[in-house]
Amino acid sequence: MGELRLMKGNEVIAEAAIRCGCDAYFGYPITPQSEVMETLMALRPWEGSGMVVLQAESEIASIHMVYGAAGSGKRVMTSSSSPGISLMAEGISYMAGAELPCVIVNVQRGGPGLGTIQPSQADYNQATKGGGHGDYSLLVLAPASVQEMHDFVVLGFELAFKYRNPVMILADGVVGQLMEKVELIDQRPRWTNEQIAEISGGWATTGKTSHRKKHIITSLELDSFIMEDNNLRLQAKYARMKDEDVRFETFECDDAEFIIVAFGSAARICLKTLQIARKKGVKVGLIRPITLFPFPEKIIAEYATKVKGFLCVEFNAGQMVNDIRLAVNGKTKVEYFGRMGGIVPNPNEVETALEQKLIGG
Amino acid sequence: MPEIAQKIKEIIRPENIVYAKSPLLNDDLMHYCPGCSHGVVHRLIAEVIEEMGIQDQTIGVSPVGCAVFAYNYIDIDWQEAAHGRAPAVATGIKRVMPEKYVFSYQGDGDLAAIGTAETFHAVNRGENIVMIFINNAIYGMTGGQMAPTTLVGQITSTTPYGRNVDLNGYPLRITELLAQLPGAAYVTRQSVQNAAAVRKTKKAIRKAFEIQALKKGTAFVEVVSTCSSGWKLSPVESNKWMEENMFPQYPLGDLKDSGRADENDYRIKG
Repeated sequence: MGELRLMKGNEVIAEAAIRCGCDAYFGYPITPQSEVMETLMALRPWEGSGMVVLQAESEIASIHMVYGAAGSGKRVMTSSSSPGISLMAEGISYMAGAELPCVIVNVQRGGPGLGTIQPSQADYNQATKGGGHGDYSLLVLAPASVQEMHDFVVLGFELAFKYRNPVMILADGVVGQLMEKVELIDQRPRWTNEQIAEISGGWATTGKTSHRKKHIITSLELDSFIMEDNNLRLQAKYARMKDEDVRFETFECDDAEFIIVAFGSAARICLKTLQIARKKGVKVGLIRPITLFPFPEKIIAEYATKVKGFLCVEFNAGQMVNDIRLAVNGKTKVEYFGRMGGIVPNPNEVETALEQKLIGG
Repeated sequence: MPEIAQKIKEIIRPENIVYAKSPLLNDDLMHYCPGCSHGVVHRLIAEVIEEMGIQDQTIGVSPVGCAVFAYNYIDIDWQEAAHGRAPAVATGIKRVMPEKYVFSYQGDGDLAAIGTAETFHAVNRGENIVMIFINNAIYGMTGGQMAPTTLVGQITSTTPYGRNVDLNGYPLRITELLAQLPGAAYVTRQSVQNAAAVRKTKKAIRKAFEIQALKKGTAFVEVVSTCSSGWKLSPVESNKWMEENMFPQYPLGDLKDSGRADENDYRIKG
């Protein structure tokens, strides 16, 4: 059993980063996630594990510092909230194109524009459909608890290096600000130069030695035929993610007539809705996608032939609902319920929506 | 013809060689236009890295602009940065590998327009990197548009009647501004239009790399350069135009050579 602590979601991101042997964090303050960098600065990991922490002049600079450090084969991360992620979109696209591993945390707030500092899930499309320019995908993890904020930093680095691809932890203001019990991993050392050579020696820019060719980190290729091949290689990688790394949780789906689909903190609220509905004798289940990309489309397609309908619940105008509709492919009813602007719905509201939109409808 | 070939063979003998291309500079045909300064500066960087024996410890960061393919020519590890972001990329590399030599290589549009923030803050932090700045007062790769350093009256494809201050503002002497920043260790402006200038620029680049090893702060080398294609002049005319028009606006020489500032000069009292 690892060390147990009562911690805030944002703080645990910092703690997990240090403990898993992360090499560097580059970031810029923005509500509601500023505690990530504040915690790192207070813990001074450069004196312990040797981790670098740097406050950049902007989110743009942060993500390009991540690019440079990740290109060196190091485990690097950044965190921000919605408007800051928009600024990072350029660098994220470049990292996907250059196939650089990193972990990016988005503690979402409501938009569009400057929007609000209250929780939201309105960046689902931005996170799962690219967000920047070009055909690329991030591997997107959606934590629903402080424990998962911790676990997904560790898992995020594993997946980022497995695929040489940026991984996004798509949290929201609720899990970022929530305090919960969390079990922490024991401190792990940062990778040695020898380990980096073993893991990333084929591409990392660590200095060209006489026994290898120079390494070039780039997303540029002007020959259209080679560029198409590069794109096909990326698409094959995303297809492999769909085969090997779809993650989700199901609750009481076996006998369900209706299934709610929700991610992150919305899923926690819907678990309560489940209890309320079940007490009333309504057979409701819940699917919680943990990876938003790759999306758990197979399990949804499977249940599409068994249930009377799906209700997608999210803190946005209806974004994930489109992925559910694609998976369901017209086989059953798919409805959406959500709140926007930083409003977090309560379980009874969701239950009412379930009755009105699915059961009564 | 065979006679000429024989003659050349007789000439190319080790005892006759007074200059050789650095082995770090490969034989690929450069994409630069005739008369362009980039090729010369590439050669100087390759020579400095070779002479310092730091090929296996050096990482270059190439920009977006004509020098985007710098990585094709010099045989070291490279990262290609997004437009204007080379100082941030170089910061990321240097911070996680402080024992390596890291340099960025940028043009005027990259360094002094879209990447101004990254440029200023990297220098102000005193990042221990070398920044090479090619200033030819025009956007070369995109086809000769106005740059932040374009001179007043200079014709470009987006200032077809000449740069007009009311419309376009003033040319940006960014190097003078950077020399004011406490993180700057060494700031100099050089050129490569003749052999003497080339030798001085090489010395400046060498010094910049040595400063990096001493961790004295950011070493910044501007090279006032030509763009024959953008300026629509021959290489010879370009050098003349540069001397007559660029040098008065961008005077050559060292702007700072004192190492980064003493932090106590900036510390709170209590």
